[in-house]
Amino acid sequence: MEAMIPAMQQAVASDALVIAGKPYTSRLLVGTGKYKDLEQTRLAVEASGAQIVTVAIRRTNIGQHPNEPSLLDVLPPSRYTYLPNTAGCFNAEDAIRTCRLARELLDGHELVKLEVLGDEKTLYPDIPQTLQAAEILIKDGFKVMVYTNDDPIVAKRFAEMGCVAVMPLAAPIGSGLGIRNPYNIRFIVEEATVPILVDAGVGTASDAAVAMELGCDGVLMNTAIALAKNPVLMASAMKKAIEAGREAYRAGRMPRKQYGSPSSPVGGTVF
Amino acid sequence: MQIILNGEAQVVSGPLTVSQLLEQLGLGGRRVAVEVNREIVPRSRHGEHELNHDDRVEVVRAIGGG
Repeated sequence: MEAMIPAMQQAVASDALVIAGKPYTSRLLVGTGKYKDLEQTRLAVEASGAQIVTVAIRRTNIGQHPNEPSLLDVLPPSRYTYLPNTAGCFNAEDAIRTCRLARELLDGHELVKLEVLGDEKTLYPDIPQTLQAAEILIKDGFKVMVYTNDDPIVAKRFAEMGCVAVMPLAAPIGSGLGIRNPYNIRFIVEEATVPILVDAGVGTASDAAVAMELGCDGVLMNTAIALAKNPVLMASAMKKAIEAGREAYRAGRMPRKQYGSPSSPVGGTVF
Repeated sequence: MQIILNGEAQVVSGPLTVSQLLEQLGLGGRRVAVEVNREIVPRSRHGEHELNHDDRVEVVRAIGGG
């Protein structure tokens, strides 16, 4: 590999994503659902370069192959930061209960992804219930990364109450529709006092790059990788898209112009 | 006695601690979290927490999710 010039090395190295005081070099967070098997999960997560992985908390299948490898065996918590989610919760009470179980399961782990859904068709968040749950969880010592809609006022409220990251949707969970409202995502980013991560709705690499170019601090995705024809290859594509989008954002894009502007000098031609 | 384990009625022979239940289920030493009647029983207390008739026991784990 070509050696990076020192200035660039420094620029890349200093650009950590800090969540709840902990720095991460990867700005791509991935879910671990919907994969064919644990081996595919492991390979895709590895290819994505993600350091934070979301997991769901569910009942153990009583009497079914207790010795089967578990997710924690293939993605060791010593190597990855686990982000237990409250997926499937439709009220604050269930979400809080799920977070407390996760904390017990993961030995006092405090970082959680709070999502309280409002309806099964759109999977849009129930904001009043999410606010209620966030307040109690924060008081209880949890570090809450909150899934929300793309309302800038609501996003600000979550940051003010002490959520460690605010994660607006780009489009409905699992829809792959891309960034449906870039203007709102930009408003949220502009007002941000905590990391803003697009969570949900990304369908392909360009969507992830757009999110990063808008100034988001990271992207959390699951389905876009897991349901690609080749999940491992898509995970690698997403890694690059996140990096490219982030660098483009930091580089600052050129102004848009209505008409053409020659790239070669106008003078000095031989005719 | 009967307990409700992950939503299903199960007959178990008591007295039975949480640790003993997990052993019987083949879950001894596995990473699980246990709730009895909606209260978490911390891992450090699995050995001493005795189950009672009609207790609602939940045993959960981490699985793939987004």
